[in-house]
Amino acid sequence: MSANSPLVMQAKGLVKRYGQVTALDGADFELRAGEILAVIGDNGAGKSSLIKALSGATIPDEGEILLDGKPVKFRSPIDARHAGIECCYQDLAVAPAMTITENLFLGRELRREGFLGNVLRMLDKKKMLETAIARMNDLKVGIRSMTQAVETLSGGQRQCVAVARAAAFAEHVVILDEPTAALGVKEGNMVLELIRRVRDKGLPVILISHNMPHVFEIADRIHVARLGRRAAVLNPKKISMSDTVAVMTGAMPPEAIPAECLA
Amino acid sequence: MNPHLPLTVLALAATLAAASVQAQGQPVIGLITKTETNPFFVKMKEGAAEAAKAKGAKLLTGAGKSDGDNAGQVTAMENMIAAGAKTILITPSDAKAILPSIKKARDKGVLVIALDSPTDPADGTDALFATDNYKAGVLIGQYAKAALAGKPAKIVTLDLFPGHPVGAQRHNGFLKGMGLPAPDAKSNELGKDAALACMADSFGDQAKGQTAMENCLQKAPDANLVYTINEPAAAGAFNALKKAGKEKNVIIVSVDGGCQGIKDVGEGKIAATSQQYPLKMAAMGVEAGVEYAKTGKKPSGYTDTGVTLIAARPIAGVDSKDVKTGTELCWGKK
Amino acid sequence: MTATVTAGAAAKAPVAIPWGQLGPFIALLIACTFFAFTTERFFSGENLSLILQQVMVVGVIAIGQTLIILTAGIDLSCGVVMALGSIVMTKFAVELGMPAPLAILCGIVATALFGLLNGLLVTRIRLPPFIVTLGTFNIAFAITQLYSNAQTVTDLPPAMTWLGNTFALGGANVAYGTVLMIGLYLGIWFWLRETAAGRHVYAVGNNPEATRLVGIPTERVLLGVYVMAGVFYGIASLLSVARTGVGDPNAGQTENLDAITAVVLGGTSLFGGRGVVLGTLVGAIVVGVLRNGLTLMGVSSVYQVLVTGILVILAVTVDQLSRRASR
Repeated sequence: MSANSPLVMQAKGLVKRYGQVTALDGADFELRAGEILAVIGDNGAGKSSLIKALSGATIPDEGEILLDGKPVKFRSPIDARHAGIECCYQDLAVAPAMTITENLFLGRELRREGFLGNVLRMLDKKKMLETAIARMNDLKVGIRSMTQAVETLSGGQRQCVAVARAAAFAEHVVILDEPTAALGVKEGNMVLELIRRVRDKGLPVILISHNMPHVFEIADRIHVARLGRRAAVLNPKKISMSDTVAVMTGAMPPEAIPAECLA
Repeated sequence: MNPHLPLTVLALAATLAAASVQAQGQPVIGLITKTETNPFFVKMKEGAAEAAKAKGAKLLTGAGKSDGDNAGQVTAMENMIAAGAKTILITPSDAKAILPSIKKARDKGVLVIALDSPTDPADGTDALFATDNYKAGVLIGQYAKAALAGKPAKIVTLDLFPGHPVGAQRHNGFLKGMGLPAPDAKSNELGKDAALACMADSFGDQAKGQTAMENCLQKAPDANLVYTINEPAAAGAFNALKKAGKEKNVIIVSVDGGCQGIKDVGEGKIAATSQQYPLKMAAMGVEAGVEYAKTGKKPSGYTDTGVTLIAARPIAGVDSKDVKTGTELCWGKK
Repeated sequence: MTATVTAGAAAKAPVAIPWGQLGPFIALLIACTFFAFTTERFFSGENLSLILQQVMVVGVIAIGQTLIILTAGIDLSCGVVMALGSIVMTKFAVELGMPAPLAILCGIVATALFGLLNGLLVTRIRLPPFIVTLGTFNIAFAITQLYSNAQTVTDLPPAMTWLGNTFALGGANVAYGTVLMIGLYLGIWFWLRETAAGRHVYAVGNNPEATRLVGIPTERVLLGVYVMAGVFYGIASLLSVARTGVGDPNAGQTENLDAITAVVLGGTSLFGGRGVVLGTLVGAIVVGVLRNGLTLMGVSSVYQVLVTGILVILAVTVDQLSRRASR
């Protein structure tokens, strides 16, 4: 996780305009292998637009995105998914009445072999259940039954399911949008633990969050977005929380940041 | 160009048009039916249009959207009176709810005549031209009794639905014609008797009539006589009997005299039906309207527009007309 | 939180008794028991088979309605679209002299096109299904009346009414149409349970935003559901023709709400995403049992309407309460 870790994902000079409003004004971005990168910024700083560009939800007007050094163009979130980038959205994107297993495989269901699968299009529910259990075990998510409906879970458990889904299918990058928002202390910690395990499995994580304590707890580096650009990338071990907030609001200009706080 | 010119021209044209209508003294008559689509009312409209043409009157037509749509009829009435109608002919969807609007019209000097079914109370309108539905029931009851030739009757009645005056009148008239104790013509209750093995509601609909008959056959498998509120219900009853293999032993009687119904009589599906005359109701209504416009004379009370028993097989002691006559006089598509 | 995950319900996992699904069966059982004791003829093979025939038109319409309600939509036009289909197929056969199978196909195409219209208005123009189908209800009704001139179509070729014929099965006469209805129910039940496309219907009804985000073609699923429903209405129109032997332009007017009643009685939630299609079949049968039983008892049809209304309220209440309990 040093500065010499290979770049998994990179963006240069991203520009995105919505009518008169310029959301991204030449933003840069770097994600290194095996790290948790927190993206923070005030409202309107351009962090959601940045994330949307990286996950394929929007197409930038200018600039380029590189994945493992190769330029990529995402026309939709599906393109990004096929490239191995998984996003876990703020509203979780789960169907509450359906089971955990079904939600895990929503949109990528497994079919049975042979006639039953190809002609009758029957789902391989057994295999999906086994896979779901295995992945959840991998990530040490402690939910007892994969056949219970998502709506019977607590908020924190639901978040874990959503994060685990992104982690289970991602090959390159996992993007988490405000994963601990609206969670209590205990549940929030549960989710942070899970995020660490995702990183430990070898998947780099982009974490968008307003929750400074959580950011400081698990982020390896902090990307500060401001006015549609990247203001700075900070080292949470060296810089203080209040200084970070100052950079975010513009109270501390990037030039004023001490060198050892940069990452 | 003066921006007000088009408006002025339009206003002038409208005034001239209105004045010309007044000047012609052409009586304007409005006909409001329950619905646009029931063939009964379609025939009524045809009859009214013919009579209007013959008498030089102008006919406006309107209807509710469905059976029971009172608001639609109220709107139609208001629009027609605003357009100059001095006579309104109406088949009321809701016998009570239409009264306030009719009163308003009559207070303005408009002649209001009920067609086919009365308001409640009946003197809410100036006059009523309608079928005597009780008599229609009596006629088919008499025929059925004679056709049974002394055998004990096991009767199934397929009625309209509870509380409807026409449904009650036909049902009770039928009982009277059969010589069974029956409520009088003013009653809205369906009369009961030991001979009635099963009573069910058909809503005047063929599919529902079939279901009702099937269920009644389960209750009374040896029924030999079926009274039906109208001919679609009778067609449904025949279907049910045919499926049970019983159509040859059961007599079906009905009311209406529509062309499809008369055809069914000719084919032996219905033994006898009381034919009513929507055309006549409408024509009489138009005549009354023209008379009112000319002389100010209003008709009053109840005028029976006639009902005729049509049967394929004549029976001694019961006066009936044959299918050929029925076909000539029938309403609907021939 | 490092306990290992196990399959199946463990001791602490909430096992929700699916009252929503058991409810209709219980209601049916109670009704049948009641009528079996209070009337002579209710509990005979012949009577029960009759009830199945009487509900087969509404039953098949309700399959389409179930699919639509599962996506949190509703279709107020189903009955009159069915009538339109029956007029199209009978007029094509009788007046245009088309061979029966082709005429039947044309009728089903007509109803499927209405389904397509509903689906496009809902997915492309984004109008609420309630309003869309209110509009298409009026349009379909008008077209049916105009095309048929408000006359029933009679003298149909026997091939068209074949589904109304019966065959003997253990002392009762079962109609081929009943077998078709049950087959269709089983087929859709399988599709909804065991295929991805079927599961997507539930997902779209439960959380359409989620389905969009995970890449399911939500609009296509919705459009497909409305077109499928249209096809079922077409099959129902064939059953209606087969049962009554005529093409009746005034048919289907009460079926609009009757189909919705069957779906609600069957435990499917009007909010979408929850329900079992076999429940709808039970719901339709319950209504037929009430009508048949009350007639056998000599009770006025008004009470049938009253009891149905009470059952609907009960069904929705049970569904709501069981969902709250499972949280």
